[in-house]
Amino acid sequence: MKIPLSYNLRNLAVRRTTTIMTAFGIGLTVAVLAASMSLTAGLREAFRASGHPLQLILMREGSGAELSSQVSRESFNEVIRYRPGIAKLKSGEPAASLELVNTINLPSKESPDGMNLTNRGILPEGVAMREDFTMVRGRWFEFGKREVVVGSDVASRYPDAGLGRTIRFGRGEWLVVGVFDTPFPARKSEVIGDANQMLQDFQRGSLFSSVLVRAEDEVAMQALTNSLSAEQRLQLDVLTEREYYERQSSSGNLIQYVGTFVAIIMAVGSMFAAMNTMYAAVARRSKEIGTLRVLGFSRRSILTSFFIESMILAVLGGVAGLLLVLPLNGLTTGIGADATFAEIAFQLRVTPEVALTSMIFALIVGAAGGLLPAFGAARKQILTALRDM
Amino acid sequence: MSEATGAAAEVIIRTRKLTKEFARDSFRVVALKDVDLDVKRGEFIALMGPSGSGKSTLLHLAAAMDRPTGGTIEVLGQDIGAMGESAVARWRNRHIGFVFQSFNLIPVLTAFENVELPLKLTHLKKGERDQHARTALRLVGLDDRMHHYPKQLSGGQEQRVAIARAIVTDPDILLCDEPTGNLDAKSAQEVLTLLKRLNEEYGKTVLMVTHDPHAAHFARTIRYLDKGELLPEGQAPEDWRTPEPHA
Repeated sequence: MKIPLSYNLRNLAVRRTTTIMTAFGIGLTVAVLAASMSLTAGLREAFRASGHPLQLILMREGSGAELSSQVSRESFNEVIRYRPGIAKLKSGEPAASLELVNTINLPSKESPDGMNLTNRGILPEGVAMREDFTMVRGRWFEFGKREVVVGSDVASRYPDAGLGRTIRFGRGEWLVVGVFDTPFPARKSEVIGDANQMLQDFQRGSLFSSVLVRAEDEVAMQALTNSLSAEQRLQLDVLTEREYYERQSSSGNLIQYVGTFVAIIMAVGSMFAAMNTMYAAVARRSKEIGTLRVLGFSRRSILTSFFIESMILAVLGGVAGLLLVLPLNGLTTGIGADATFAEIAFQLRVTPEVALTSMIFALIVGAAGGLLPAFGAARKQILTALRDM
Repeated sequence: MSEATGAAAEVIIRTRKLTKEFARDSFRVVALKDVDLDVKRGEFIALMGPSGSGKSTLLHLAAAMDRPTGGTIEVLGQDIGAMGESAVARWRNRHIGFVFQSFNLIPVLTAFENVELPLKLTHLKKGERDQHARTALRLVGLDDRMHHYPKQLSGGQEQRVAIARAIVTDPDILLCDEPTGNLDAKSAQEVLTLLKRLNEEYGKTVLMVTHDPHAAHFARTIRYLDKGELLPEGQAPEDWRTPEPHA
């Protein structure tokens, strides 16, 4: 670059109020985009990280989610449970868990009127297959009792679901006897109890929702997938557990679409602000432009210099936007998953990808706002530029 | 009045029937008309004349800051009217030093950075650029003001920085447009003495536009323009006050 960068930096410093206001405008735009992206990034991470690599979820064909799926105890016992390729638990029983999924409504800190939560009923195999669960407080529920354990996100976000509290759903009250943690983020938002107790409460007869199956290995997992999918008596959809949760991350898509739309609308405003700032800079420095041309700087040098100045503004705006949104990183929030109609708690993530995309967005705003004024500066005739004040 | 620099001296600015017209609304204004001028290397010429006589226009054409509408102008043997934009920019950086009436320093750059600026377009390395800029500032007596910004300098000092910037690339020709127009008498005297020194000691060809008869007298030759026409050597416009010789 022929014209020194210090020329642009110092000019931005001299017009510091305009520079700050313009950069802040771009920053707000970037912050809206980055916030919506960090939300979906966090949601995706929560769902992506959830699921055992060798586990399959079996649901009724076409149901899409456990909540709307039905699997009978008979089908499970007769057709699924003893299939070859299913891993064995320590007890020697097959690692296949018949599970019941419902939603319950509890007031949360953010929604005192109540939010839906996933309520899962499991049998002893279900507990045994959750060896990654750690009881951080209390203990597991006892079968045959109206007891539940709650995920750590539920305990922290729902005041009524703390250890020792009773929560109402189904036909009566349930005592919270334990708070669990798990490396799988999506599962921290569940309330888990005895499936048989819950079947009665929800009058489901012997109809459960889904089956969780753990394969012996990857080859067995593929074989199980093929055989269960082809099983005419069942008509099941067979998904890997990870695939199932990843599909649910689409719940954040709408937020991202809306966020991006708002950011684009704001970007148009920011672009005009940047353009206005740069046009003012060009007008104010007309004599300098003329002088630079007299000294031998080409039109291209002038164009590059003013364009770079606009990009510096954009970088400042991008950084400001990221700084604004950075405190959101790690913040726990919840979203209603569209497949389960229940809230999933997750942490917002300002990932490097979010930061990079936001910076690129800021640069696009800067480029769009700076290009025309830069061309205007470069197009000026020397004598016109020298006379303009 | 006129003092030739020697018959053998090379003509470095040659205009023939040089004409410049401007369109102003529906009128055409003739700023220069059929100007024939030869400037030899090493000359110091003052261009004088009433406002609107075409002095600055002639200077702008010599610096290739504007294009003639008629005639030819050759500077250092180049037909600058026929050169492209980029070539002209390079040529100007290499061969022309321009001094403005209002100094035209870049306010956000220090005196040193202003002087170094034209050298950014050369192939000189940073160390060489530094050395050249320091030398130029020393020559104009401002080596102790290198890191001052223009607003921290007096008018006279600003113009000396501008002269340092004009000479830092060691150009063949210095074109000065009313270089003392914004200065007090003392500063003007310093600037004119400097230009005279650059001409006499360093052999720079100086073409200076001025209204000030006192300033003009620092030149070796004074030429007058009137209504766009260059008057014959030694002839001033009617009612024009002939400057007193400089002591």
